[in-house]
Amino acid sequence: MTTDDTAELAGASIAAHTKSTRLRRRAVAKAITYAFLTLWAAAFLLPLYVMLVTSFKSMDEIRGGSMLALPQVFDPSPWVIAWSSACTGIECGGVRVGFWNSVVTVVPAVAGTLALGLVSGYGFALSRLALRKVVFIALMFGTFLPWQFFVFPLGRIYSAVGIYGSLWAIWITHIFFCMPITALLFKNYFESLPAEIIKAARVDGAGFLQLLWYVLLPMSGPIAAVAAILNVTLIWNNFLVGLVFGGREWFPMTVQLNNIVNSQLGEKAYNVNMAATILTAAVPLAIYFFSGRWFIRGISAGAVKG
Amino acid sequence: MLDRAITRTTPYIAMLPAYAAAFVGYLGSIGWMIYISFTASKSLPKYELVGTYQYERLFQTTRWLISLENMFLIAVGVIALTLALGTLLAIALDQHVSGESVFRTIFLYPYAMSLVVTGIAWQWLLNPQHGLAAILEGIGLDFFDSNILNRPDLALWAIVIACVWQGAGLTVVIILSALRSVDNDLWRIAKVEGIPAWRMYVSVVLPMLRPAFYTASFLMLLGVVSLYELVLALTGGGPGISTEVPTKFIMDYLFQRGNIGLAAAACVTLLAIIAVCGLVFLMLRNRVALNRGLDRSAS
Repeated sequence: MTTDDTAELAGASIAAHTKSTRLRRRAVAKAITYAFLTLWAAAFLLPLYVMLVTSFKSMDEIRGGSMLALPQVFDPSPWVIAWSSACTGIECGGVRVGFWNSVVTVVPAVAGTLALGLVSGYGFALSRLALRKVVFIALMFGTFLPWQFFVFPLGRIYSAVGIYGSLWAIWITHIFFCMPITALLFKNYFESLPAEIIKAARVDGAGFLQLLWYVLLPMSGPIAAVAAILNVTLIWNNFLVGLVFGGREWFPMTVQLNNIVNSQLGEKAYNVNMAATILTAAVPLAIYFFSGRWFIRGISAGAVKG
Repeated sequence: MLDRAITRTTPYIAMLPAYAAAFVGYLGSIGWMIYISFTASKSLPKYELVGTYQYERLFQTTRWLISLENMFLIAVGVIALTLALGTLLAIALDQHVSGESVFRTIFLYPYAMSLVVTGIAWQWLLNPQHGLAAILEGIGLDFFDSNILNRPDLALWAIVIACVWQGAGLTVVIILSALRSVDNDLWRIAKVEGIPAWRMYVSVVLPMLRPAFYTASFLMLLGVVSLYELVLALTGGGPGISTEVPTKFIMDYLFQRGNIGLAAAACVTLLAIIAVCGLVFLMLRNRVALNRGLDRSAS
């Protein structure tokens, strides 16, 4: 064996050695990454887990055992109470009343927001109306401000018109708050379309609304779905609008939930409260888990609110 | 003739709601509130100007000063913790992990829920007798006071924790998408040069992510300024007035204490804070864009 060979062998073994340490180090790094992610995923899931197990326990079990323990006896009665007979301090109808109020609020409010957002986004993107840039900036800036800024002036307008304390006030306010961000979604979408489509339609003599109705609307399915998901979530989760403008009769589920939980004196019925909380979160959570990426697309545009 | 007139006016009619919302709803409300803040309005609006009287009174009101201070503390706490956690989670997710979408779904799900839900959930999780801290204490880990919700000096932390839990997922999404837009060639060069990954992150990649950090911070700031339901549901502003926030101050003075003038002055103060922070945000972002442009033209 020549000295050269030895050196080569030694070199090869060193190379193999460094390669194996590199591989091992990479495996360790991978393991640490997964451990880190799993740990935090568990931490993020913990509140939901605690809410779920608490909602199926009896109060005796809650008092005696650990928050983290699974229920020894599965007791569905807190759910029944939360849905239909928990008390808010004024009445004892559970979150059911709030649920239906929220449904009645969300459906027309989302429909109105989508219609106005579509038309306005289209106008901002493709019309040459005077002041449209000023209007757009005013709408965007308005969504930056806390909603408390607007409740009193809007309330005065509603009183003057005579719709304060009605569903109309709730619907109009939701549309007012959600329209700008929806218009932004549609505007960005229309501006991303190839200009040829619009030019061709204009050459064929399509007017302002015809272009929207016959050419753009049929292509707007995905963005409309994104906007719908965003708005259902925002409006369902909203607290302030229903609290201020609708009066007691139209309190949404979020307000009902807060009244049930935070009006209890003495020891709280944690099991009922957690069931009511999960029921209130159920609709947006279901939308979230089923819509995935579409939800993310909506919030990355609509993150300024909510 | 008539046809053409109709075609020309349809855009205006279609855009009327947007124009009305902007000029009457948004600008009108803002203008009206600014005007009212310079009057002596109590439970009913008065239109006689009295100068800065409301602002002087506002900044002599202990509850307002505490609210404002709390807002800043929450903002600093939430932004610092969320950026740190969000960056680490986003970098971890960017290591070609399998199940990335599962992790992302888990980190983001709290964001889909109402802040009232978050507040009530954490009120239970931080319960003095049965809560998480009490469990930790039970096994000898007492670095967290189980009585956090009843202690004026600690209750603010409960709000910060709940906010981070609710909003961290959004920051993860923002930073992750910024990480994905980093040029792959950079990583290839680093590999050839034998630069360790952590070194790349600290000296090259994270500085490149500055725009994403600014965006995430500004969004969090807007969220904290608007924070209302969470505080109402979690602490109700208590114990005492130790966790009061400006939006709650405004609501109470508008609807319970009948002092519109003072509430309007509080609103305008928030408007000024948001406007200043917005300008700083835009300047920071533009500076980054400008530097990028210079880099590109130099190379």
